[in-house]
Amino acid sequence: MAVVTFMRVVGAAIICLLISAACGNQTSSQVVYRRHVVTIAGSTSVMPFTEKLAEHFMIEHPNFIINVQSGGSTAGIQACLNRTVDIGMSSRELKHEEKSLTEIIICYDGIAVIVNPENPIRALSLQQIRDIFAGVLTNWKALGWIDRRIDAVTREEGSGTRSAFEELVMHGAAIDDGIMVQDSNGSVKEVVATDPYAIGYVSLGMVDTRVVALHVDYVRPSVETILARQYKIVRPFLYLINGTPSGPAQQFITYVLSKDGQKILEREGLIPVYAKK
Amino acid sequence: MPKNRAVLIDQIIKQTMRICAFSSLFFLFLIFLFILIEGLPLFYRVGVGNIIAGFKWAPTKGAFGIFPMIVSSFLVTIGALILGAPLGLACAVYLAEYAGKKKKLFLKPALELLAGIPSVVYGFLGVIYIVPLIRTYCGGSGFSLLAAAIVLGVMILPTVISISYDALMSVPRTYREGSLAMGATKWQTTYRVVIPAASSGILASFILGMGRAIGETMAVIMVAGNALRIPGSILDPLRTLTSNIALELAYASGDHRLGLFSTGVVLLIIIMILNYLANFVIRQKVIK
Repeated sequence: MAVVTFMRVVGAAIICLLISAACGNQTSSQVVYRRHVVTIAGSTSVMPFTEKLAEHFMIEHPNFIINVQSGGSTAGIQACLNRTVDIGMSSRELKHEEKSLTEIIICYDGIAVIVNPENPIRALSLQQIRDIFAGVLTNWKALGWIDRRIDAVTREEGSGTRSAFEELVMHGAAIDDGIMVQDSNGSVKEVVATDPYAIGYVSLGMVDTRVVALHVDYVRPSVETILARQYKIVRPFLYLINGTPSGPAQQFITYVLSKDGQKILEREGLIPVYAKK
Repeated sequence: MPKNRAVLIDQIIKQTMRICAFSSLFFLFLIFLFILIEGLPLFYRVGVGNIIAGFKWAPTKGAFGIFPMIVSSFLVTIGALILGAPLGLACAVYLAEYAGKKKKLFLKPALELLAGIPSVVYGFLGVIYIVPLIRTYCGGSGFSLLAAAIVLGVMILPTVISISYDALMSVPRTYREGSLAMGATKWQTTYRVVIPAASSGILASFILGMGRAIGETMAVIMVAGNALRIPGSILDPLRTLTSNIALELAYASGDHRLGLFSTGVVLLIIIMILNYLANFVIRQKVIK
């Protein structure tokens, strides 16, 4: 038995070695072709959009390779501080001790409060949303629906989306401990899409037909209402650089802030920088 | 000369093997060291009581209480044991006492496969099937203590079964033969003779199953709802110690990160106690 296990381990090790050798060859041959490498890491909210931008950028500039990694806002900020990445992504404001980095706002993102399509409620006031997440309102009956507990879902402590929500919606009130916690936009949406009695909040760009974005204080969340400054739950998406960026990194940032780059972001449901200002 | 050479090679191999064997100890030591280095400063600064007995977890606001998570971890584990232990024991008894060679031939590999399924798959199935079932038939959101206990109950089966099975198989044949010769039926023999004789091993299998349940992370995050309060009923969501680390690690910095390491220290101590208990229970039998 032990011998068999040992053989398996050895076999697995050999396969791993072969695979890594094969992969190693591949990347080294790529590096020969693409000389400019830009590494970007951080917020899971910003990552999908950065990936889109990088795709387009690399089509136009075939000699660039842009590595986009997630890890979370804080991980991105840390990596940028340690200079292990060229650009950090963050969906939350920098804390005091992180202010040595330069912030570049690449776009704005609305946060939509979402419910299941089976839920007939289509609008809530900011105060009602605050009460739900503070644990004051716990039954849908109080909001004019059936007698059933509200299954509210929030994001985990430290998430950029959560800190923006705390600032823009909760106004300093604490999110109740009894409320469910999920660790990404995707899983919050998944819970709301499957549970008819759930309510949560995600990036506006994440909203699709499986969930319904509520009107807040009679305002429908959309690019137009955000631009008109009617929809108030809006936060910036940031790129962070440590000191002077490298040439390739600067070139990518210039592209993101250019008309082409901003258009791509707009098409994804985000609010371009020039429009907001 | 050739004899000397053989002795030399033997020595070299023996020493190499010794180094390999001790390397695992070395890794364990390193893990301990790093968790303690990262986790202990916060205990010192905030106070052991405020962490272990604190009710409020808001690490970005300076509150590091993990008491609700400790309780939740145990609740989930006990729930898993209530569901998994009887089933696992029954399966082990069947395998050891009743199953013929042919049945064993497919049951054993099936169990090994059950152990090999990645936990994220268990979690996924839990989210897709168990959570909606609980929501529809029991109420609540479905993300609950009950869902986590069911998923973990299945996940600990392989541990419980394989260790109980070994314990049952190590009961000498003569015990069974003696009992049968006295006119006891097969079930009487199993129930009155074999299981009591293997009881320490079976108990150890439960304790190791607990260790598995308390350490499980991914599946629990997916089905438990992760709320920070001690659940008031089996239909309430809850957060375990492991979930806490995995959920928040990505965005944690500064004291928040240290708080997660402190969670790790508590978890490590709990797992050590469980493993010690399991070893103690097994050794007790040997002494008798």
